[in-house]
Amino acid sequence: MDYSAIFSYMYTEIALVGVTAVALIYDLIAGKCGRRAFHGVICALLLLFIAGTVWPYHGETARIFGGMYIYSPSYVIIKSILAIGTLLVFLQADSWLRKEDTEFKRGEFYVLTLSTLLGMDFMISAGHFMMFFIGLELASVPMACLVAFDKYKHNSAEAGAKYILSALFASGLMLYGISFFYGTTGTLYFDDMTSGINGSALQILAMVFFFTGLGFKISLVPFHLWTADTYEGAPTAVTSYLSVVSKAAAAFALMVVLIKVFAPMTEYWQMLLYIVTVLSITVANLFAIRQKNLKRFLAFSSISQAGYIMLAVISGTPYGMTSLIYYVLVYMVANMAAFGVISVIEQNSGGKVGMDDYNGLYRTNPKLAIVMMLAVFSLAGIPPFAGFFSKFFIFAAAFEQGFHVLVFIALINTIISLYYYMLVVKAMFINPNDSPIASFRSDNSTRLSLLLCLAGILVLGIASSVFDGINLYSFGL
Amino acid sequence: MVHMEYYLIVSTIMMFVGIYGFLTRRNLLAMLISVELILNSVDINFVVFNRFLFPGQLEGFFFALFAIGISAAETAVAIAIIINIYRNMRNIQVKNLDKMKW
Repeated sequence: MDYSAIFSYMYTEIALVGVTAVALIYDLIAGKCGRRAFHGVICALLLLFIAGTVWPYHGETARIFGGMYIYSPSYVIIKSILAIGTLLVFLQADSWLRKEDTEFKRGEFYVLTLSTLLGMDFMISAGHFMMFFIGLELASVPMACLVAFDKYKHNSAEAGAKYILSALFASGLMLYGISFFYGTTGTLYFDDMTSGINGSALQILAMVFFFTGLGFKISLVPFHLWTADTYEGAPTAVTSYLSVVSKAAAAFALMVVLIKVFAPMTEYWQMLLYIVTVLSITVANLFAIRQKNLKRFLAFSSISQAGYIMLAVISGTPYGMTSLIYYVLVYMVANMAAFGVISVIEQNSGGKVGMDDYNGLYRTNPKLAIVMMLAVFSLAGIPPFAGFFSKFFIFAAAFEQGFHVLVFIALINTIISLYYYMLVVKAMFINPNDSPIASFRSDNSTRLSLLLCLAGILVLGIASSVFDGINLYSFGL
Repeated sequence: MVHMEYYLIVSTIMMFVGIYGFLTRRNLLAMLISVELILNSVDINFVVFNRFLFPGQLEGFFFALFAIGISAAETAVAIAIIINIYRNMRNIQVKNLDKMKW
């Protein structure tokens, strides 16, 4: 193998390492003036990175490093979606990072976030379980540092401890599963392992352990207990990153592994996923109804959204993969918009995140209220917005494969979710409040990110070329 | 020569002792130690499978090496976070991590 193949297929990761290195060095050498421009520099760099890697350069699947790293056009699409999500988080994080107690840690935030992004890219492109594991850990260890970023705040420290211990435990369980796959098949390469998998009892046990490990990362229901606490305690920018980018990467990687490696065990993992999906959607919806803190509320909403994403995974078809990528994209813009509003209100009102604090928001900050309303409409799946179409495609993908009852349960849950999403809208528009959050002008970079999200919510559903464009590339893995 | 099963019994016991410890210990460091037990049992598994079942290749050994390295990095971060907890509330008992519930 010559080195040109590495550069022509691994360009996303190599470019991302470059961006991370520049951020690290810039953090070290920049003077006072340079640090003030750090935000602009990093956003421009990331934009350049996205522009260079957004579209696949090669139309075919390729393997380098003897099959350890797999290049596929659909991987490039999901990677660029993750990178766009990171850019939105960076734009929203600026107002928080500009505070006195976080200003000097600005560089750390960028470097840690980019490292997790790199880990997710490697996890998605992995063709070997060691690569997969290293990518997963590269994505979750810096994430723990990000969760505990506000280290003098009690809640952030507590959230960090809960996250790192759950993540360690989950990765231990996952490794245990992988060790039995190695023992029964004698290889760790995805391509070779499939032929050794026969659905023996030991392999089913191993698959359950493996699934548990990834279930923690996606926060599906029996493994979701860290989610709400971590989301509440983490800084809001980190929460939005965790709820969208991290979750999307893990869900996509899970789908790739299940379809590609565990193909001979399809009936077993479909049964497992069936139960987990029903539990995720239902339990998370019921818990979301009683939440009074908006970050916790969105945490439970994100658990149920993860359940919907599993509908695409369970279908196991190329159409399911397209709808998963599309769902992730639409969910990203909607959730980022919601978290952007929460973040900017938290920064400008002295840390208010309760649902009651939002009473009467429409009178004082009408634009933010409307953005929030459109975001929750999209999350709930109300027709003209993108969320409806993404849910429709996902339901269609599962229905096509004969999961009629599952889709029916999911549909009922959509109605339940509509109730609690409307509670936010009701608080903002209808509930009276004598002392609503004072009117303020949000900073330009938050405005830009909210505008981008809003454009996504309104346009992505109507522009059919987006779905077709994704569909073009998600043929076999 | 010691049969493979005996190694696997040891590693399985380590694994489930680790899970039990993780669920019952009420001190963050003890929980961390329990997780380390789980990770070490996995390393034993990989090495044993490689040595006994697939002696011609080194995949399992390498996985064990990488897993050790990565778990060291994870432990470093976990201990840093636990120290941060200690600075915030002067002890590392799990019962004090109850600001956020339900």
